Amino acid sequence: MRTCLVVDDSSVIRKVARRILEGLDFHITEAEDGEKALEACKRSMPDAVLLDWNMPIMDGYEFLGNLRRMPGGDAPKVVFCTTENDVAHIARALHAGANEYIMKPFDKDIVTAKFQEVGLI
Amino acid sequence: MTPADYDFLRRLLKERSGLDLSADKQYLVESRLAPLTRRAGLAGIPELVVKMKGGAEALIKDVVEAMTTNETFFFRDKVPFDHLSGTVLPALLSARASRRHLRIWSAASSTGQEPYSIAMCLKEKAVELAGWRIEIVATDLSQQVLEKSKAGIYSQFEVQRGLPIQLLVKHFKQIGELWQINPDIRSMVQYRQLNLLQDFSHLGRFDVVFCRNVLIYFDQETKVSIFERIAKMMEPDGMLMLGAAETVVGMTDAFRPYPERRGLYQPNPARGARPGFGAMQPQLRVVAAR
Repeated sequence: MRTCLVVDDSSVIRKVARRILEGLDFHITEAEDGEKALEACKRSMPDAVLLDWNMPIMDGYEFLGNLRRMPGGDAPKVVFCTTENDVAHIARALHAGANEYIMKPFDKDIVTAKFQEVGLI
Repeated sequence: MTPADYDFLRRLLKERSGLDLSADKQYLVESRLAPLTRRAGLAGIPELVVKMKGGAEALIKDVVEAMTTNETFFFRDKVPFDHLSGTVLPALLSARASRRHLRIWSAASSTGQEPYSIAMCLKEKAVELAGWRIEIVATDLSQQVLEKSKAGIYSQFEVQRGLPIQLLVKHFKQIGELWQINPDIRSMVQYRQLNLLQDFSHLGRFDVVFCRNVLIYFDQETKVSIFERIAKMMEPDGMLMLGAAETVVGMTDAFRPYPERRGLYQPNPARGARPGFGAMQPQLRVVAAR
């Protein structure tokens, strides 16, 4: 079973994302900020990361930079999932190594389409 | 709605758009026509039917449009566009190297996501296609969806279903909450209103035809007739792309499956050796196919 780390400071968003991704047969772990997400990746590298941008302690953008510099950190497919929905943010994310980008609000169709796009399903 | 009202609507829709509704689809007609009935200030479907029987042509047109299904998204099903980029275009790039002209038809193009997806695939091959004349003709029955297509403006939801993020950044401009496809892509597509039940030979000859997820609404006889007429408009080495749940097998021998490419078909050369046969005896062919 593929694994997905859901990183968002909102427990509601994490719950919604978990429900959608479990429906797509992913095993889910959660983290509420970038720092906790990095720790989770050190313990076990997931196949996918669904990543919020704005979070306390360490934001998603900084997490992504750190992840990609970790040993094996280039492997996970990273899909941003954020309310930052302007071209400048999207371009920055792609440049930093994001594989896809979801603009909130999202639904099951969008998550499915984006995960298909990067070859996760 | 009385059974007689439903029968009237079924017959009219079949005649006007080919929509083949089974006897148990009253709920669908009711849910699709309720908003239109309200907008027209009518009490309900029985009153709508009375007006239609009285020859209210504009209302009839609205009813036919309201009953069309316009579900679509960018790069729908993905595989057809992989076939386009990986199989169809390479073959035609070499076959048309001297003519340098390609004509592509998106039949029942709905709100434009399919023809624009085709245009984006072609744009990715801009270097190989430099100096080529490319025509993408997109047709639909509904004037309303054609207007939306021409504007090329999509909601945040629509641009996130099937469109890779790189292509969004590359080919769209953000307008507030909406996204508009860039003029260079928009100008690659010409839009025309067209009813597939009627003659479409005036569109000319095509190298590639996308006809996906529209024939599923038609009965067998209509499907066969459309396949036959499309075949006559295609170059002998042209390619036809059907929807994921569609096939020509068991329906017509005007096309044959392209080997190992699901959903992709080519005109049958054996058929081409007997010109005129299909045109002269279409009824015989329908019976034979059954």
